Amino acid sequence: MSDSGAAVATLSVRSRGQWLAVVARQRELSLVAIMIVLGGLVTLTAPQFLTVSNLSQVAVLAALIAVAAVGEALVVITRNVDLSVEATMGLVAYCVASLLERHALGTTGAIAFGLGLGLVLGMVNGIVVTVFRVPAIVATLGTLSIFRGIDYLVAGSHQVPLASLPDGFTNPARDSVLGIPIFVLVALGIVVIGSAVLRSTRFGRQLYAVGSNPEAAAILGIPSRLVVFTAFSVCGLLAGVAGVLYVMEFGTINGTSATGLVLAVVAAVVVGGVNIFGGSGTLVGAALGALFLGFIANALILVGLSQFWLQAIYGLVILLAVSADAIIVRRIQRATAARRVR
Amino acid sequence: MHGPSVAGARSGRSRLGVLARWETLLVVAIAGLVVLGTLLSPFFLTPGNFSNLIAALMEVAIMALPMTLIIVAGEIDLSVESMAGLASSLIGFLWAAGVPLTAAIPLVLVVGALGGLLNGLLVARGRLPSLVVTLGTLALFRGLALIVLGPRGVSNFPPEFTALGFGYVPGTLIPWPFVIFLSLALVLGVVLHRTWIGRQTYAIGRNTGAARYSGVRVIRIRTALFVLSGLIAALAGIILTSRLSSARADAGAGMTLTVVTVVLLGGVNIFGGSGTIPGVALAVIAVAVMQNALRLASVTVEVQSIALGLLLILSVVIPNFAHQAKSAIDRVRGGRPPPADSVRRGEATTG
Repeated sequence: MSDSGAAVATLSVRSRGQWLAVVARQRELSLVAIMIVLGGLVTLTAPQFLTVSNLSQVAVLAALIAVAAVGEALVVITRNVDLSVEATMGLVAYCVASLLERHALGTTGAIAFGLGLGLVLGMVNGIVVTVFRVPAIVATLGTLSIFRGIDYLVAGSHQVPLASLPDGFTNPARDSVLGIPIFVLVALGIVVIGSAVLRSTRFGRQLYAVGSNPEAAAILGIPSRLVVFTAFSVCGLLAGVAGVLYVMEFGTINGTSATGLVLAVVAAVVVGGVNIFGGSGTLVGAALGALFLGFIANALILVGLSQFWLQAIYGLVILLAVSADAIIVRRIQRATAARRVR
Repeated sequence: MHGPSVAGARSGRSRLGVLARWETLLVVAIAGLVVLGTLLSPFFLTPGNFSNLIAALMEVAIMALPMTLIIVAGEIDLSVESMAGLASSLIGFLWAAGVPLTAAIPLVLVVGALGGLLNGLLVARGRLPSLVVTLGTLALFRGLALIVLGPRGVSNFPPEFTALGFGYVPGTLIPWPFVIFLSLALVLGVVLHRTWIGRQTYAIGRNTGAARYSGVRVIRIRTALFVLSGLIAALAGIILTSRLSSARADAGAGMTLTVVTVVLLGGVNIFGGSGTIPGVALAVIAVAVMQNALRLASVTVEVQSIALGLLLILSVVIPNFAHQAKSAIDRVRGGRPPPADSVRRGEATTG
């Protein structure tokens, strides 16, 4: 929005449009503000909310979801969606736990295998979408089922218990450096690197271009299919990271681990202000969205509501976030259109 | 078989050849699977086995019918499995609270229609993407089901009720849910292929803007389709509860995938604008036979999801390739090239 040429008559429309634009662009700030207000209210009824141990527990779980949500955000920015992340996380988690149990590879080897597997599964999604031209929703609904089926096939009815993991493997879920939990540092690192790539590399700008206007991107000579393929691959890799973190956090892993997490991941992305039509959104937003959801889950338990409410509230949060996005975008459009007419 | 597919193709793109071939392909696939099943087990071709394999898939088949109309109109409804779960949960809760089933069943159907109305209003009037809206209600409806019934199950239903899902038409081995499916398929088939509502549904799916300028009440039809989907998903949830003679909050979990697979396997275009009810009915039979053959080959239900996922992806990939091959042939013969896929994809996302 340009600042020049402000006529007195359009001032009210403009300022309203600009005010909404500020709110829309500062989704991150509004999320933080809501969390502070909610946190205050929860603390009044449940003082144990504002303790270091509780807050770091919230942050650790949120960091796990945030890592997957950052990958999902990359895909959503290109105007696609990946519904298979939870199956990738589950399959990676089981394979890593199983390798550790059998001492097949060292700890580093097992983790590397898990990350590689995540990358390969993401590349499979990318190939189905870009080479076979299957719409992302169908492709990843299919691979969700296929990856989960492979997970069942590999795991059978076996469950890797916490005790068969190497000593200290699950420590990173509890340890912290300089008072910050290791999981949070991992998530922060991924968000910082990812944001830098999106902001200042050619690939990052191409990602937004492909998502905001595919036809224009094609005319500009942007290799759209390569960009989308890369987004899916990185999403798979980050789902692999989240899968490894899942093993560290929960320890006991079977063929159904991580079932249902895709809703939390997509909700985090939508709540974080990543536009579901592609072309806009930030990784910081997606990560804050994950923190926001973890925060709500924790507050619910402390306030004494049963965990059965959680899924309904995730659903409501998704609906509210997309509705709010649409309303804000339309008001801005109306305000700018009114200005242009005058 | 031939009549309706002609109607679908006429109101769809001029794809009569591809569509006719797709339905023939399905018949051939079913025949192949039946032969395979017979080789696997001598019991495969008995009426009892057929009756069982059909009965196990009827909730999915019933939900696939409104899903066909919704996908033809260029949208999708991912929330159906959760609505089935909410219906199961509610019927169990009401029965356990002493409400007679004659009052509980209509009430649950009304809740289904209201849930569909919520989807419809957000998608049609709010112009929000159906993918995200129904992903939200997928979580919301399942959450409500959990709130209503919690982790418990209700199972002391009267025999009149369980006969609905479990019983047969007297003197035959035809399960009642199959009768319900056939009647619904007949009604929705006539609506889609023989009435103005059907023609307008195709028009919306092909080009929403053009449909609106031609006087089609886009918002009203889209909303109505989602209401229908919610209503029928609730009906499927009631049938599922009756067939398992147990009401649970997690009833129907994972069914959406099978529903979408059946619809796309039936030749419905995921970008909207084409597809037929007879095609989807054939796909129901194909999936039922496949699942039964896999079970006879002692493949577990969980591992069968690999086959289902592959089937879903292939049912989009194969027509894509067929279409590309056809347009390549047209180009060689000097015919007019068909419109590029990217244009239709744009319509589907912005419409």
